[in-house]
Amino acid sequence: MDTVYTNYFEEKFEELQAANGGNFIGDIRKEGFKSFNKAGLPTTRNEEWKYTGPGISNLFKKEYHLVEDEPENSISISDINLKRLPGSKNADELIFVNGKYNEGLSTIRSSENELIVLPLEKAAEGAYEEIINEHLDKSSLVIKDGIHALNTSFIYGGVFIYVKKKQVLDHPVYVYHFSDARENHTLSQPRSLVYVDESAKLQLVETFVTIGTMDSFTNGVMEVVVNTNAIVEYYKVQNDIVNASQVSTTHIRQIGKCYLHAVTISLNGDVIRNNMNLLMEEAGNEAHLYGLYLLKGKTHVDNHTLVDNKKPNCFSNEFYKGILDDSATGVFSGKIFVRPDAQKTNAYQSNKNILLSDNATINTKPQLEIFADDVKCSHGCTIGQLDEEALFYLRTRGISKEHAQSMLLKAFAEDIVSQIKLIPLRNYVEELIVDRLAVN
Amino acid sequence: MLSIKNIHASIEGKQILKGINFEIKAGEVHAIMGPNGSGKSTLASVLAGREEYEVTEGSITFLGKDMLEMSPEDRAREGLFLAFQYPVEIPGVSTTNFIKTALNEKRKYHGQEPLDAASFLKIMKEKMKLVEIDKSLLTRSINEGFSGGEKKRNEIFQMAMLEPKLAILDETDSGLDIDALRIVANGVNKLRNENRAIIVITHYQRLLDYLQPDFVHVLVNGRIVKSGTKELALELEEKGYDFIKDEISLAAAL
Repeated sequence: MDTVYTNYFEEKFEELQAANGGNFIGDIRKEGFKSFNKAGLPTTRNEEWKYTGPGISNLFKKEYHLVEDEPENSISISDINLKRLPGSKNADELIFVNGKYNEGLSTIRSSENELIVLPLEKAAEGAYEEIINEHLDKSSLVIKDGIHALNTSFIYGGVFIYVKKKQVLDHPVYVYHFSDARENHTLSQPRSLVYVDESAKLQLVETFVTIGTMDSFTNGVMEVVVNTNAIVEYYKVQNDIVNASQVSTTHIRQIGKCYLHAVTISLNGDVIRNNMNLLMEEAGNEAHLYGLYLLKGKTHVDNHTLVDNKKPNCFSNEFYKGILDDSATGVFSGKIFVRPDAQKTNAYQSNKNILLSDNATINTKPQLEIFADDVKCSHGCTIGQLDEEALFYLRTRGISKEHAQSMLLKAFAEDIVSQIKLIPLRNYVEELIVDRLAVN
Repeated sequence: MLSIKNIHASIEGKQILKGINFEIKAGEVHAIMGPNGSGKSTLASVLAGREEYEVTEGSITFLGKDMLEMSPEDRAREGLFLAFQYPVEIPGVSTTNFIKTALNEKRKYHGQEPLDAASFLKIMKEKMKLVEIDKSLLTRSINEGFSGGEKKRNEIFQMAMLEPKLAILDETDSGLDIDALRIVANGVNKLRNENRAIIVITHYQRLLDYLQPDFVHVLVNGRIVKSGTKELALELEEKGYDFIKDEISLAAAL
């Protein structure tokens, strides 16, 4: 990493601490910055970043502007209106601008009896201090790399989302990460803590939108804590401009016996790294993790997943699929831990890829680490081309080769898209995929 | 309608067809029989345009056009249909949607407007009745989880929908029990007319009992060694292929 950058971050960090460092979040930041200085930014020499390629270090060779340098409300309602996802009108819309939660631009439709959304600092000073103190930054115990530590060093302007006990939200929660890259390359570091209380239900959507033509880099961390009998659906849609990069960490802890269903869809961007951590901290947890990356151009998408079975009788199913065209590159690295206590674990993992071009690359790395002796675990991965036999079959019925190809690819993707239970979002993703695969 | 002249074809350098000749006219039903490995399915594949097979010599003219120059999809649009010996399962592609796409691509090729949903459904209903196929199969992905009989019935249903000028049935009778065979054969019979030709590739007499072909050709070692009427098939059923092989070696000796 350039020393210029170290100095720049140091300066910004000191400024932030001087103004806002007098509470427990300040202490967390301090620890974060210590780790950041120790670990530095990752390079391809770090095993966990090896296949992300030089893209990740190149990201830091640019002159980013942190939000502190940006004018307030640089993104307007009309900018947002142009970029809303389908279903947004019925959603609680949380708007981040350059990594900072913007209350003024957000619309909360759920009642306060159901859902509390507060700026993180404000929530930490009030009634939610205990929860936040207990749960904020547990992800640092798992992710030790410099990029995560950098986000932690700059926790400020984040959001706290609290779904109250027994509340089944009618409105899904849409979290938009806007980056204003009209004048400068922008670095945003949003941070969110989501707490889903007992027997509550939440549908959560995260997406990234860059306005402008300069580069954006969003280094986001969302921590989700799920209590007993709660149901959480989490959807991430990455369809930003081609010079938008993301390191997006979703750290989900199932602290009671509960149900999780997550789908990550990556369609467009520059360098995208998704860390999906799932910690099964109570017996009988159930989780389904799905992912689809449909890539072209030079887009790089890296999905790192971790399923950590800490207690007995948990079930997890993980299924990621990828279609890579042009010079796109992809990484799937899936880790399943089964701790000594986690007897009767059922953990499945599968990653399937189709390469459409000779220049496209996928690195896939399933990993199982099992320390219990009575478990059912499986993993597998495939890399291939389209099924020639199926292609021929369709063509013998008069369907053109190109059209047949797009039908087969759409079917391949459909396995994952159909897992989006939020209908307007599913239809939207389906449309994007049909457009992408369309025959011209 | 179809004129095959001196077709030689190979796969991965291995010569399979060694000079096939025959003519087929509209309205005719031709059966091609022969022992395993004689080249029956290769002939079907070459006709349908499977790219792994290389035609090294000869010509195929279909309705006056050089068929070897055409892509598989164009052959289909011109009116060729191959009922597969092993219909492919394609998860995630609905049968109905697939047939609609196929039908409309064919219409487009002939300069016709795509069918609207109502007319398509009407035609579908009609043809479903014709080949006795259940609606529930058509809402599923193509052949996914279908039994052997259901797959073959689906092939005949597609044939009914696409209304080809020439249909090739590649061992459509294989893997069928007696009832399924009867349903499939009845479907094919209903699709016979004076404008449509059918090539039936089979090992056995039983499908031919239903279809009553006009001509029977026997393929051995990449060549048609004997042609005749439907009585030839009966003779084969009775005596096996050996009698033909004996005839050939006898002829060679003379």
